[in-house]
Amino acid sequence: MTTPAKDYTLAELMIVAGAEAFRHEGEVLATGIGMLPRIAASLAMKTFNTDLMMTDSEAFLLSEPNPVTGRTSHVGQKQETWMGFSRIFDNVWSRKRHAMVGPTQIDKFGQTNISALGGTYEQPKVMMLGVRGFPGNSISHPNSFFVPSHSTKTFVAGECDMVASIGYNPDRLPKGYVMDDVKMGLVITDLCVMDWKGANHSLRLLSLHPGITVEQVVENTGFEVEVPATVPTTPAPTEEQMAIIRLMDPKDGRAYQIKGNPAGDRS
Amino acid sequence: MSKVLSAQEVVAQIEDGMTIGIGGWGPRRKPMALIRELLRSDVKDLTVVAYGGADVGMLCAAGKVKKVVFAFVSLDFIPLEPFFRKARQTGSIETMEIDEGMMLLGLRAASWGVPYIPTQIGLGTDVIKVNPDLKVIDSPYDDKEWVAMPALKLDVSLVHVDRADKRGVCQIKGPDMYMDEWFARAADKTFVTTEEIVETDFFAQGDEARYVFWERSITTGVTLIPGGAHPTSCSPAYGFDVAHLKEYNGFAKEGGFEAYFDKYIGGKTEAEYQEAVGGLEAINALSIPVY
Repeated sequence: MTTPAKDYTLAELMIVAGAEAFRHEGEVLATGIGMLPRIAASLAMKTFNTDLMMTDSEAFLLSEPNPVTGRTSHVGQKQETWMGFSRIFDNVWSRKRHAMVGPTQIDKFGQTNISALGGTYEQPKVMMLGVRGFPGNSISHPNSFFVPSHSTKTFVAGECDMVASIGYNPDRLPKGYVMDDVKMGLVITDLCVMDWKGANHSLRLLSLHPGITVEQVVENTGFEVEVPATVPTTPAPTEEQMAIIRLMDPKDGRAYQIKGNPAGDRS
Repeated sequence: MSKVLSAQEVVAQIEDGMTIGIGGWGPRRKPMALIRELLRSDVKDLTVVAYGGADVGMLCAAGKVKKVVFAFVSLDFIPLEPFFRKARQTGSIETMEIDEGMMLLGLRAASWGVPYIPTQIGLGTDVIKVNPDLKVIDSPYDDKEWVAMPALKLDVSLVHVDRADKRGVCQIKGPDMYMDEWFARAADKTFVTTEEIVETDFFAQGDEARYVFWERSITTGVTLIPGGAHPTSCSPAYGFDVAHLKEYNGFAKEGGFEAYFDKYIGGKTEAEYQEAVGGLEAINALSIPVY
């Protein structure tokens, strides 16, 4: 059951690491934005947190997560509750949710940006999506971050160009709030796993992926990362987890999510 | 009573400077035939409120827009709407950039006749910095501060539905009505395009009335345009047109919006548009995307 897999890709390692974000969340809506976070949430729901809820990315909650590849129709899916987009907001505001999202920028406060880059607000150099649901999500429920390419471009030195989600920034803390009102989960990157439980809610290294060094993490992060004296290695997927990942992604879409689809162990 | 209008009669009621709401979500169930009719008109300086897709992109590209109220503008499988992007990056439009849920609250406030709805959404973010009109207020009931999301009062809303009778009873049979009910309620006048006009008795069958989300007094006008959401989806009837949206996206790189407009919209009737994209039968054959 818990035999570590011999061969696994970085994407599969990141899925397994990402699933951990949902382990202790109880009965909440698990939302994974993007293929790997979605497989991660599905893996958690099918193994160690069977109380999780998940949508079909359209309008229903499912008692069994849908595979992320190989489907051509919603017919036959295990839907259990109508969950149109307006009800997603009701769920968000009930706080019973944990989302794993992929911000374009993350700063030292854990603030993130998916809206726009550079230039001025009136005329950004690069317009992206807009803030979407990030402001409401970030102040309502915990969020984890999924970063396929750990670099100083994502983990920026200053503040995000457009702060789309609330973080641990004392200058922006709303009246009547304390820092602990802001809830953040894990940060999964192609190099490591981190969280925001360092001193004063700073970014803290939790584990390094096999073959990755502390120096690589430090060099590729635009601000200080708290590094404990000993840093464990991110656990390899188990054979049981690999079987569920294959079930959730029968067409191996995960092979195309990380550039070059590297092996999980890079030592 | 008949509320049946032509698309031209609908657009004739939209004036320069109005605030218009557009139903649907990204590439889903947008009243695109009315957007095309707007593009053919000389209306300008609109404020557009939408969960935006190509509707917002096209209106921006055609110079119809003064201001966009948005949380995102996206074609979904093409994450960034190319013409909206261009408009932002050239600084040619004013914006009110808010959270998706804040937009819902703003529409509800307008629907309910209250000036604002308090919410914690936006606190701690740049949303409250880049929108000087967005007030942060104290609560009479606790010691926290709250964002006062103002009512997004709309002059006109445009919505696409599956079925309607000529009195304005509208049915959305797809799995999600998105925020269309609130767009409809927040507006002084709501114009719908519909895939089909049915007799009132249709709604007396089975549970058909359960798929009607606002009372007919909310509906101002009904326009019959089967396929009228194309190139966006109208689930369960048809999916969004991936090939067409890719081609549209390509015009942003080469040719520009004018070339797209000339090829598909300018000087054409809606019937001619549908001919140019393969005909109504082809639209109805577009498969629903599955994620």
